[in-house]
Amino acid sequence: MLGYRIKLAAVALPLLALTVSAIQAKADETRLLLTGSSTIAPIAEEIAHLYEEKNQDVRIDIQTGGSTKGVIDQRRGLNDIAMVSRRLKPSESDLTAHTFALDGLAMIVHEDNAVEDLSSDDIRAIYTRKKTDWSDFGDDGGEIIIINKSEGRATLDLFLDHFGLIPPDIKPHMVIGENEQGIKAVAGNRSAIGYVAISTAFYDAEHGVAIKLVGLDGVLATVENVANGSYPAIRQLNLVTAGEVSKTTQAFLDFAQSEAVHEILDTFHVVAPSR
Amino acid sequence: MSWPQAAERRAGQGAADRWLAALLWAAALFSSGIVFVIVSTVAVEAIPFLREIGLTRLVSDEGWYPTYGRFQMTAMLIGSLVVAAGACVLALPAGVVSAVYLAFYAGRWSGRIYQRLLEILAGIPSVVLGFWGLTTVVPLIAKVEQPGTSLLAASFVLTLMILPTVALIAFARIAAVPDAYYRGAIGLGFSRWQAIRQVVLPAARPGIATGCILAFARALGETMAVVMVAGNIVQVPTSVFQPVRTLSANIALEVGYAMDVHRSSLFASATILVLAVLVIFAVGRWVAREDAHV
Amino acid sequence: MSEASQPLLAHRSALRRVDWSAPAVCAIPVAVVAVMAWMLGEIAWLGADKLSWTFLTEAPRNAGREGGIGPIIASTGLIVGICLATALPLAVATSVLIAEYLPAHSRTVRVMRTLLDVLAAVPSIVFGVFGYAFFALALGFGFSILSGGLTLATMILPILIGSIEQSLRAVPLDMRIAGAGLGMTRPAVIARVLLPLASPGILAGTLLGLGRALAETAALVFTSGYVARMPESLLDSGRTLSIHVFDLSMNVPGGSGPAAGTTLLLVLLLLVLNGALLWLIAIWRRRTGMSFTLTP
Repeated sequence: MLGYRIKLAAVALPLLALTVSAIQAKADETRLLLTGSSTIAPIAEEIAHLYEEKNQDVRIDIQTGGSTKGVIDQRRGLNDIAMVSRRLKPSESDLTAHTFALDGLAMIVHEDNAVEDLSSDDIRAIYTRKKTDWSDFGDDGGEIIIINKSEGRATLDLFLDHFGLIPPDIKPHMVIGENEQGIKAVAGNRSAIGYVAISTAFYDAEHGVAIKLVGLDGVLATVENVANGSYPAIRQLNLVTAGEVSKTTQAFLDFAQSEAVHEILDTFHVVAPSR
Repeated sequence: MSWPQAAERRAGQGAADRWLAALLWAAALFSSGIVFVIVSTVAVEAIPFLREIGLTRLVSDEGWYPTYGRFQMTAMLIGSLVVAAGACVLALPAGVVSAVYLAFYAGRWSGRIYQRLLEILAGIPSVVLGFWGLTTVVPLIAKVEQPGTSLLAASFVLTLMILPTVALIAFARIAAVPDAYYRGAIGLGFSRWQAIRQVVLPAARPGIATGCILAFARALGETMAVVMVAGNIVQVPTSVFQPVRTLSANIALEVGYAMDVHRSSLFASATILVLAVLVIFAVGRWVAREDAHV
Repeated sequence: MSEASQPLLAHRSALRRVDWSAPAVCAIPVAVVAVMAWMLGEIAWLGADKLSWTFLTEAPRNAGREGGIGPIIASTGLIVGICLATALPLAVATSVLIAEYLPAHSRTVRVMRTLLDVLAAVPSIVFGVFGYAFFALALGFGFSILSGGLTLATMILPILIGSIEQSLRAVPLDMRIAGAGLGMTRPAVIARVLLPLASPGILAGTLLGLGRALAETAALVFTSGYVARMPESLLDSGRTLSIHVFDLSMNVPGGSGPAAGTTLLLVLLLLVLNGALLWLIAIWRRRTGMSFTLTP
């Protein structure tokens, strides 16, 4: 009989330990979960690393899925802070936005593409398939492969707003979710065109990914042009919360909007709003 | 009953037996009740959609633009059916011929090895097939026609996934056909292939059909591998090189950030998916039962 | 179908004609094996130089392009552990009831089995949205290892029950009669005689479920989430090997190297699992003289 008790204990004890550790974690106040925009995620990850170094007892987890997902998670209490890479909508007035950086929307093509600049009209014509071949723009890439963002993504909202389009107008060849997925698609396809945050595009182009940022209406997609306001498609990067926030959350929000993170913002080619 | 009556009368007495039985009943009711919890959780989430938008608009709306209040799912339903059917068109002949090979052509070792390999293929994660599809198959298809992520890529990857199911079930059914059928046919002067084609396969047909139906249901429900290689454009494809989006892929792509009615519409499509799979499954069982009567 | 057992006539007719069907039929298995070899070969080729001790133990850096998969292996272990710790006791209890307490062809058993068959037929993405709505939101577990593990447990339950019931039924009736004859109660016979005798089959079923859990992606993306850090509790989000492969190959440019390394590890794990399964089934066959059906 003793043998069975030992076996029973061998099964029950780890289970008990698991339960206890699970419950303990629930009471743990020093962890933060950020979910939302894949544009903000890599930047937030670096800021979080720096913050964790300075505050050893805090642990910050970051998960992507798009700005709207961040907002939903925030309302359901699934995260502590939502990452939202656009202005809040009128329907989201219950939330508070903490703008910590400005970014732009960049049109991207494969690095072998000869096109350097496109006008807003060109882009409207491409995305509605009024112009379907790169030869219209002096490149020999053949048929233009249009990459669009899936619905609910902040980058799509910004794109539609800026170019005055609605989703049914756009006739894409490929629909992608995360920013990096769009970059991967363009880097892997000589004839593709897509759009992502300037920050993400710059970061990847610098790290050897085969993409090129195209100028918009004669203005280069650079961090300087975002900073001086001359770039036509600028976006806010927000950390969003609802109602009262915990001390830990507030401390991180303050940190993310402080001078301490400017160096990180520089490496990601975004600018602090105050500059 | 696995307990002979006399033994049960002796051993099945006392408080311990009653307590254990009660405990086991609780567990068994829980296990078999889970399916109701799953279906009702998903269906309840679909109610707001049914109330506000209604089923007819799944067909009558122009396109799938959920954030603009357009909820047509026909294109994705067709996408699901076409991708799954494409996989079956490829996997059915390959699977049945594989089974014929195992039953009649293979040597002792080569047959055993091939069977093991099919079992391994059946266990390969869909994400692995998707990864390979994305890095190898899609670029190859893109050389023929852009953009590569397409109906063809999705069906091909799914073929690899369901081939073992078709082959192993068909093999089991062919093996169950009495030896005398084959020998008789050979005795009548049929060639090996004629005997298989005209005698053995017809006898095993209902069983093979069951296998195909199960494989079709599996292909219909598969998600991640399809998301990776299908291109995910909502459209009714007019060629195998065009991208498509399936119902299951749509759920995976959008459920994470969908809100309100949009979110509810995804749960509605999940409910439709479950119902479709269950209907196919019921048909499969019915065919199998007909098979048992023969 | 040995040649010698075929009637003389058949032999003669076979001699007269050239059997063109053999190469045609054999072409299919050759093609299937070639495609498999191509796939596995390419994964091994791309992933082999990645697999090292540091890759297996280090944390991922730069969105997984650099560093290793240490935390991901840990999360995978925890998620699969939760899954088995919940599903196995439930499955054993359910199978014991079905095999040892209820008459084999009773209506109750038929209904239970149908419900479990239906559960097995539900597509994995539906398990995913269910787990998201039920465990993550309604029960408040959030995106966590706990939500993911429990979702997987509901998914592999039918596989476990199917194989455990099969194993119990394969234990000869005599064992039950002898146990009762010795004055043992039914619970004692089950615990001390039947379950130990059925253990290779139970273990084989567990490995089958484990393989299925390791391979799963769709049910986990919205339940366990995909934070790639070392989990500190069961309420932390954690990503499994499969999700890591998915994320790297879909969302990370330049991620296919580590994706191939992770894929290779996943495939190797499943091959080992498959080998162990074959070995257990061989033991099973020797012990009971019965075959063990792996439901495809």
